[in-house]
Amino acid sequence: MSTVFIPPALRRLTGGAERVVVSGATVGDLLDAVDRLHPGVRDALVRDDELAPHVAVSVDDVVAPAGLAEEVTESSEVHFVPPLGGG
Amino acid sequence: MSKPQKLHLSTRLNGEDVEFLCEARQSLLEVLRDELGHTGTKEGCATGDCGACSVILDDRVVCSCLVLAAEVEGREITTVEGLADGDHLHPLQRKFLEHAALQCGVCTPGFLVAARALLDRNPDPTEREVRYHLAGNLCRCTGYDKIIRAVLDAAAEMRST
Amino acid sequence: MSTNPMEEAPREYRVIGTRPIRHDGIDKVTGRAVYGADVSLPGLLHGSVVRSPHAHARILSIDTSRAAALPGVKAIVTSADLPEVRDREEALGEGSTNPRHLSHNILAHDKVLYHGHAVAAVAATSPHVAAEAAGLIQVEYEVLPPVLDVRAAMADDAPILHADLRTAGGDPKKAGTPSNVAMITEFEIGDVEAGFAAADEIIERTFDTAMVHQGYIEPHNAVAKVDPDGQATVWCSTQGAFDVRHLCAEVLGLPLSKLRVYPAEIGGGFGGKTTIYLEPLAILLARASGHPVKLVMSRSDVLRATGPTSGSHIRVKMGVTRDGTLTAVDASLAYEAGAYPGSPVRMGAMCMASPFAIENQRMVAYDVCVNRPKTAAYRAPGATNAAFACETIVDELARKIGMDPLELRRKNAAHEGTPMVHGPKHRRIGCAELLEAAQRSDHASAPLGNADGPRKRGRGFATGYWFNAGLQSSATISINPDGTASLVTGSPDIGGTRTSCAMMAAEELGLPVELVRPSVADTDSIGLTDVTGGSRVTLATGLAVHDAAQDVKRQLCERAARTWKCAIEEVRFDDGGVDSLVQDGERLSLAELAKGAGRTGGPIVGRATVNAQRNVGSAFGGMMVDVEVDTETGRVDVTRCTVFQDVGKAIHPAYVEGQMQGGAVQGIGWALNEEYVYDDEGHLENDGFLDYRMPVALDLPMIEPVIIEVANPAHPYGVRGVGEVSIVAPPAAIANAIADATGARVESLPMSPPRVLAALHTRP
Repeated sequence: MSTVFIPPALRRLTGGAERVVVSGATVGDLLDAVDRLHPGVRDALVRDDELAPHVAVSVDDVVAPAGLAEEVTESSEVHFVPPLGGG
Repeated sequence: MSKPQKLHLSTRLNGEDVEFLCEARQSLLEVLRDELGHTGTKEGCATGDCGACSVILDDRVVCSCLVLAAEVEGREITTVEGLADGDHLHPLQRKFLEHAALQCGVCTPGFLVAARALLDRNPDPTEREVRYHLAGNLCRCTGYDKIIRAVLDAAAEMRST
Repeated sequence: MSTNPMEEAPREYRVIGTRPIRHDGIDKVTGRAVYGADVSLPGLLHGSVVRSPHAHARILSIDTSRAAALPGVKAIVTSADLPEVRDREEALGEGSTNPRHLSHNILAHDKVLYHGHAVAAVAATSPHVAAEAAGLIQVEYEVLPPVLDVRAAMADDAPILHADLRTAGGDPKKAGTPSNVAMITEFEIGDVEAGFAAADEIIERTFDTAMVHQGYIEPHNAVAKVDPDGQATVWCSTQGAFDVRHLCAEVLGLPLSKLRVYPAEIGGGFGGKTTIYLEPLAILLARASGHPVKLVMSRSDVLRATGPTSGSHIRVKMGVTRDGTLTAVDASLAYEAGAYPGSPVRMGAMCMASPFAIENQRMVAYDVCVNRPKTAAYRAPGATNAAFACETIVDELARKIGMDPLELRRKNAAHEGTPMVHGPKHRRIGCAELLEAAQRSDHASAPLGNADGPRKRGRGFATGYWFNAGLQSSATISINPDGTASLVTGSPDIGGTRTSCAMMAAEELGLPVELVRPSVADTDSIGLTDVTGGSRVTLATGLAVHDAAQDVKRQLCERAARTWKCAIEEVRFDDGGVDSLVQDGERLSLAELAKGAGRTGGPIVGRATVNAQRNVGSAFGGMMVDVEVDTETGRVDVTRCTVFQDVGKAIHPAYVEGQMQGGAVQGIGWALNEEYVYDDEGHLENDGFLDYRMPVALDLPMIEPVIIEVANPAHPYGVRGVGEVSIVAPPAAIANAIADATGARVESLPMSPPRVLAALHTRP
């Protein structure tokens, strides 16, 4: 089972839960699983079946280039974070 | 509006006699870059604050953006293109490379020209004298450290040869 | 795909770590290098841009007839010439951008939103005629009240910049109300209330930092030509030719293949040249006139109308136990986005406390529109403002519990596995190693001495954190028939990256670095490459170069195997040649294989493309600084400065030092001198280098660099990015030094003489 951390702004959708433990093969699978438990989380993070432009995903402390298609492991930790830019 | 009349000027640029036509409102910087093809001299501000357009006019460093082209009749101009002797770099140019004293390089022509004018007058400047003399040249990349070292090293080498 | 760096044992390097002279060096010291403004084409016209004299106004009408009648004027464009584009966030350039905002920033549509906002552009036969024509374009405005400050802009009765803007992440009850607050983002880990309950000392302060500009010496420029079939070519000063192509295509509604962008030599960027301003105007004017058109900004244009970085208002509360454990941090950060949403406030929040292992953290970030130019990236965007706040409070907490501030930092240093406020944990980082290096440094043990009369001396230290970026890069290496190599990348070279990339190729191929010729290619001549930004070129483009060299080696092995009629497993590339593993002493040098390439299968060209997100290694920087404060005038002089940085691996140490020193001095300018000064109507009052006062040589001592190399395990050479983090610590370090000298805490940037004097008068 992977752990999906819920951004503070979306915890109103999870009854205050900071993390949700679900299983799946990809970030997209995990998010679908979270959304089944807590409807609305997916809509807040996804647009046109991709992560919304203002959202990136970190899988095991690495910003995942594949987004929703990023593969996860049994023990993965998934955070939705702002995309990073640089100077 | 009537077309501005052009002036005919003769000057010495990097040791060569040149003639050109310019409008009275054109700066020396503009003429160097746009009429005479000497684009090594850069424009950073056009208000005399950054030193990127430094050239040596007779014996003085000037901001060529603040000099009207019409003022250079019969005078001698040295730009960055005139520092090297053919393929033989001036010691300042060589030391700037060896010390990695440039990053983007756009302020470099102005620094080289200003430093050359300093060393012409004072072959053994202190660090503070170099900093004072180059205070009219802005560099945003290097923090000046390597530029100051390059100038001091070039001065030392020129004194020893 | 990148090769797995973990397979490679630590190596002795032949080229990496040396200091060769840059390949573009001679061109740059002789004035031959061609920067954007040096580009000229037959029939070239010159452009000029009409800019708003108001900070906030409705455009009632634009009359171009008098300008059009001026002899020599060939084309005029206004926002009517730009197509309608999508009004929603898209993944564009770095991060995300709303194409409509981008378009409206290129040319104002119904409203101007800052002093200097472009309204129209004209092309004519000379720069003087173009400027004259620009002056003849009549724009009628209805002037509106401006809002210039984040706090004023967040007030309920503030003038509204965008009637259609709603706060993302805001109170759902206000979802129907227009606001200048574009986005609110919360971050939280642990239990902040419990953290403060465990603290023995708590400090809460508010800080203000001024809007500052990147201050590159070369103004923005663009030359465009458009062929009769609509094919457009642009030469410009940019950190990313592919971003210019993408952004222009979006704004102009063109397919990417209709645009070719040549990155000219670039005279500094620091993040400010990662977006577009003049490029679409040059294309439109070239298309309308049938001539190539050049546009070059004045310095005033650069300061008024290109992206500075955000001024900010930051509140921080931190707690510590008597024995020196930081227990909690709670902060709110409001950053000026400028005229359109998109400040780096979230990154500021995410960086703020990242040098520390603090279990309980809460940060709220507000992205706020104000009537100032749209901000752009500036070296570790957002982090410097945040560090100024956090790092000065840490210093103050240390003094309050009687602990050396450096020791408090070391005791609470973040390490591998420490979570950050946005959730993810640090990977292998060099924070503790950096602090230990600072403690051991000559500077730390040097006596401070006393100054004369009203002058007081002090020493301060601060750290800074920056993520660094990975993103995408491409590289090709062509082996020439004489055994030399041509290396092509798409990364504009600002600080010597051409040479650092050539060094990596030379290292891999066993060539002298002088025989690897690096070039920066246009968008049709190399695969997509993201910006020179995020400290990513040596890391990510370097990775592509490394991988392209592996491709070359593979091909050389194939050619050798073909020559020897053996299996590829029976040969091995080693030190510039291929050895046979079955025939003792059989060897073909790279030069021999190159010469015979035509007979063994054709030219040898290695290529690689990468998305280097997984290879990122984050950066820590620190500054130790001695200052003299004149307590009568408030003037602060920096008298000694040492900068520390974990760079992973210094490929070209002189260029690494240059990044450290240059960033440090930008940070010193931010700390002491630089700020945007607006009058009440929103006119920028210091739109030149005389009054926008950047550090000059005479202001500074030597900047001593201390390179720390904690290898990034996700990169073949251990590289971390080095370009950005050096700017983060200086303002806090200097504030801490001023406090050490005088006991006064300055809570606003810049710490100019009046602010320092005011702090001296109110010190406890």
